[in-house]
Amino acid sequence: MTGDPGKRGERLPFGIMGAGLATIERRIPNEEPPPLPPNPDLRVIGRNVPRQNGREKVTGAIRYTGDIALQGMLHARILRSTVPSARVLNVDLEAALCHLGVRAAITLAHPGNRVTEYVRYVGMPIAALAAVSPEAAAEALALIRIDMQKLPFVTDMDGAQTASAPHVFAPDVAPNGHPSGFPAPADLPLRGNVRGPTVERRGDVGYGFSTADVIVEGKYRTHVQTHCCMETHGIVADWRDDGLTVYISTQFTAGIRRELADAFGLRLAQVRVIVDGMGGGFGSKSTLGRYGWIAVALSREAHAPVRLILSRAEEQVDSGNRPETSQQLKIGARRDGTLTAIALSSCGSAGVGLGAGVGDMASSLYTCPNFESTHTDVFVNAGPGCAMRAPGNVPGAFSLEQSIDELAEQLGFDPLALRDRIDPSPVRREERRIGALRFDWHRKRRRTGAPGPIKRGVGVAQSHWGAYVQLDSACEVRLMRDGSVEVLSGVQDIGTGITTVLAQTVAEVFGLEARDIVVRIGDTDFPAGPPSYGSRTTASITPPARTAAWHVLQALFRAAGPLLGTMPAKLVARDGFIMAGHDPAKRLRFSDVCADLRTDSISAIASRQDDYGGFGRQYGNAATAQRDLGGVQFAEVTVDTETGVIFVERVLAVHDCGRPMNPLQIESQVHGGVLMGLSFALFEHRVLDPRTGHVLNPNLEAYKFAGARDAPAIEVIVLQNYQASSATDAYGIAEPSIIPTAPAIANAVYNATGVRLRTTPMTPAVVLSALGRRPKAEASS
Amino acid sequence: MKRFAWTQPTSLASAAAFAETTVADAMVALRPDTHAGHGAVLQAGGIDNLDLMKEELLQPNLVISLRAIPGLDKIEKQEASWRIGAGTTLMAVAGHPAVQARFPALATCLNQSGSPQIRAVATLGGNLLQRPRCWYFRSIAFDCLRKGGGHCFAILGENAYHAVFDNEVCAIVHPSSVATVLVALGASVELTGPNGATRRLLLEDFLVRPKQNVRRENDLQPREILTAILLPNPSASVRMAYLRLGEKQAFDWPLVDAAVILELDASSVCRQGVICLGAVAPTPYRPRAAEATLAGKVIDVPTARSAARTALDGAMPLAHNEFKLPLIETVLRRAILRAANPV
Ligand SMILES: Cc1cc2nc3c(=O)[nH]c(=O)nc-3n(C[C@H](O)[C@H](O)[C@H](O)COP(=O)(O)OP(=O)(O)OC[C@H]3O[C@@H](n4cnc5c(N)ncnc54)[C@H](O)[C@@H]3O)c2cc1C
Ligand code: SF4
Repeated sequence: MTGDPGKRGERLPFGIMGAGLATIERRIPNEEPPPLPPNPDLRVIGRNVPRQNGREKVTGAIRYTGDIALQGMLHARILRSTVPSARVLNVDLEAALCHLGVRAAITLAHPGNRVTEYVRYVGMPIAALAAVSPEAAAEALALIRIDMQKLPFVTDMDGAQTASAPHVFAPDVAPNGHPSGFPAPADLPLRGNVRGPTVERRGDVGYGFSTADVIVEGKYRTHVQTHCCMETHGIVADWRDDGLTVYISTQFTAGIRRELADAFGLRLAQVRVIVDGMGGGFGSKSTLGRYGWIAVALSREAHAPVRLILSRAEEQVDSGNRPETSQQLKIGARRDGTLTAIALSSCGSAGVGLGAGVGDMASSLYTCPNFESTHTDVFVNAGPGCAMRAPGNVPGAFSLEQSIDELAEQLGFDPLALRDRIDPSPVRREERRIGALRFDWHRKRRRTGAPGPIKRGVGVAQSHWGAYVQLDSACEVRLMRDGSVEVLSGVQDIGTGITTVLAQTVAEVFGLEARDIVVRIGDTDFPAGPPSYGSRTTASITPPARTAAWHVLQALFRAAGPLLGTMPAKLVARDGFIMAGHDPAKRLRFSDVCADLRTDSISAIASRQDDYGGFGRQYGNAATAQRDLGGVQFAEVTVDTETGVIFVERVLAVHDCGRPMNPLQIESQVHGGVLMGLSFALFEHRVLDPRTGHVLNPNLEAYKFAGARDAPAIEVIVLQNYQASSATDAYGIAEPSIIPTAPAIANAVYNATGVRLRTTPMTPAVVLSALGRRPKAEASS
Repeated sequence: MKRFAWTQPTSLASAAAFAETTVADAMVALRPDTHAGHGAVLQAGGIDNLDLMKEELLQPNLVISLRAIPGLDKIEKQEASWRIGAGTTLMAVAGHPAVQARFPALATCLNQSGSPQIRAVATLGGNLLQRPRCWYFRSIAFDCLRKGGGHCFAILGENAYHAVFDNEVCAIVHPSSVATVLVALGASVELTGPNGATRRLLLEDFLVRPKQNVRRENDLQPREILTAILLPNPSASVRMAYLRLGEKQAFDWPLVDAAVILELDASSVCRQGVICLGAVAPTPYRPRAAEATLAGKVIDVPTARSAARTALDGAMPLAHNEFKLPLIETVLRRAILRAANPV
């Protein structure tokens, strides 16, 4: 649409810095600011600016939801099922309501209702109450009487697929589609506990395999990983006659507002959602959740604010998790490395939930004309899964990237050389090149096996994730007469550092420092912000922030023009001054110009425009950019072949996220991704008791995850990968950084030992059994 | 957590007078249907007590803190032994020069237990008396044998972290890794009753096997306070090592640990060897047959290997913990070699 009068032509930086950075012509909307030059030409964006609320976090001054204390606030508790499957015959709240401290109680299981009269996992809410103190709530909870008829249940994914397995759901009440996070298609057939299949097909795999010179095939198993947010789920709901205010630990203030309005019959304008400090979400805090609904319902009933903070045990059992999966993956290739066919057959279980797919790694990472996948979701009597950092692609990468490694070996290719052949992405190609050099890959691969039980190895794996954008993302920038600047948006800082990045974005426009900017976010009273999931926060909210700031600056220039005797169009803002071109004599302090404003403040609101070159795909309010996000990780491990203990010594993570806004914070995100991926690979396993359906390790001691001593040396390299797509050209990093870690470790273990581990977590028990180290004969006598 | 009263007496006598029950008894008395607070219990660092109270497995009416009693945290040399006050923190024990010089295996073990935060608060006495980590035991949902209930859930359940020896009745592993070393060192405990009378017995004898009594891990009596741990002075010819293996590098419990004490003569021949294995049985486990194979031998790889294999005799792994057997073999072999050839 070159003729669109609402657009103008601009040349924007395009390509990878250091590897052929060029420019490209784009038509961009007239209300968008001029193109941003590459990072080396900027003063604040692209710099290592320390986290704005870092000090508050370390000193404990920051306010988390659990710190909110309102006048007359009540304390809620949820009565949860202690059996994995039952029909609730009666819920008697009478005695609990007679407790002097109780102000409201509600039933969540409704005898006689085909959908809600059943409990389907240990930990499922049955009733809830609010009382004047946590102690009173606990006492009253013990007074609730439940009559139920226990029913048979099944907790293991394999058992649930047998013909004799008890059914977790009757067909007409089974969940259909997935309300949140990673979507599961609706209206699939349900047989017993098995729902699906979803089938994806291109080309003809039968033909593809028939033309293959080499075929590799393997079965992979990944276990349930829980989110383990430092801050458990929490909400304070304040229902008043004139509207509802909710303080909640959430990844999406605007989404929660919409859910609340729908669920409680309110207008959007009657609902306010606020989050200040947030201790992690990783996908589990994307929606209101059952507990959130409960708190609001109790507040409405009691006409008082209600606080509900989940305990760690509740968190581990009933706040979502990464579903377990089982995958059979078969890949065919010709002698020259070209892939001829990929066939993936998988099933997964998200407990009583859906969405246990294995993502789009196998279908999208490598060029292959013939592809087929079938996936089924299996219901079991366990807490529901939900989206968790790179849902689908974490287990998907575990199988695909190991299979590609296996293929490389059979073809006699170096793992990087094979990927050079089959991976169409120029970005990952550059990442492999840079990474191999820094890691000293080729020399380390050649190292011959050391004598003794401790073996050392290196491995590599790749990442692939959509570059997501949320379209209904808006931001307001306000400039005050005293020169202070505010940024306002509903977007929330879940710990990733968007507060700081917004300050940088706006400071760059005004020629100020990041610390000069006041960032007010996490409140639906401000323009609606994007969700912080799908690695889309920075990509969605920084362009409108820059645009809004730019509009405010133009207004300021109009005021400054006469003062400096210059055309406003000739003015620039830099180093705290407004100046005419580059003439140092003709300049005024930024604050002095502001003092001359006609009104106390000026402001502008902007929202996210489409990517300048168009999107790859658009669905509703969200879209993905034309190019995916890449990433390549290299791991070096030692394996004690007598004890089965794997120690990851080093991980080199080479990533891209468009224009890096703040390398320091990106590094911190990548560290988090690598650690979470390592922890998934080596330690994490939710243990369900098969006889009772209870989670046996609902705490952070018996549920093991990586600690400081388990952390490798992590090096991060971030490309500047300009895409000429928006006012900031930034994309996300959170999810790409976890995807390749586990398979890189597994490939390194293979390199060290010659044994392939296809199961997570790779505990000593798993490693020893793979190594064939059986106990000595005399032991069993 | 349920409400409780708190007292911090300043003398042993009054603490003992308050201590009308032990934690083990209080937990058995707390039946799932009563939910009534029960008993007065002693508390040192509180690391374990608080965990149990938060899970409402322990609901005492009164908590008696031992922290204000003077002298419980002294480390002193006596004629033939070292006396370590039961109230000494793990960190203080590990940092004591005499412990580092004479009982290096103990220092190593302490430095690998829990985390610095835990070691700064946890006491040696509390560590020996902490309750087991079996996840059925630690969940209010399971009324198992050890809590006074009808059966053991672990033996036919999820038992990867459970015992491979002596596991027919209850398959806990003893939670204290420190006890693994102390038993090997021949430590005794000193217990003081309400009238100030003390009794002394070998730690090994103080600890109770499930077949003796499944509801307690030791013989601590009501109104009795563990006042000290006594370590016989090792002779100059003694070598020792402690080695542990866990899934994680820190803040984790061992899957297997081993303490080895060797008495070597001038020509490096082993006069006597003591082996104690942890995390494999309900009490620190001494494989006596394996110990016997060391006597009269020069400690080299074959001797160590054969002793380590012998140590597996009698093992009865459960459905999910067979992997512990090769671990025991490896950890013990390496510990024997390390004791003989300290790095
Ligand atoms: C994550 C984690 C990892 C850990 N890893 C290890 C490990 O690797 N190895 C290890 O050994 N331990 C480990 N521990 C356990 C920890 O060391 C013990 O919980 C701690 O030592 C208990 O000591 P305390 O002083 O806090 O005892 P308390 O909790 O105060 O008391 C424990 C018990 O002893 C009784 N008691 C205490 N002192 C006396 C006394 N003087 N006389 C009579 N009764 C008394 C109390 O009544 C109570 O029953 C770990 C703990 C955690 C949380
Ligand atoms: S092993 Fe012991 S503590 Fe664990 S369930 Fe069995 S009886 Fe209870």
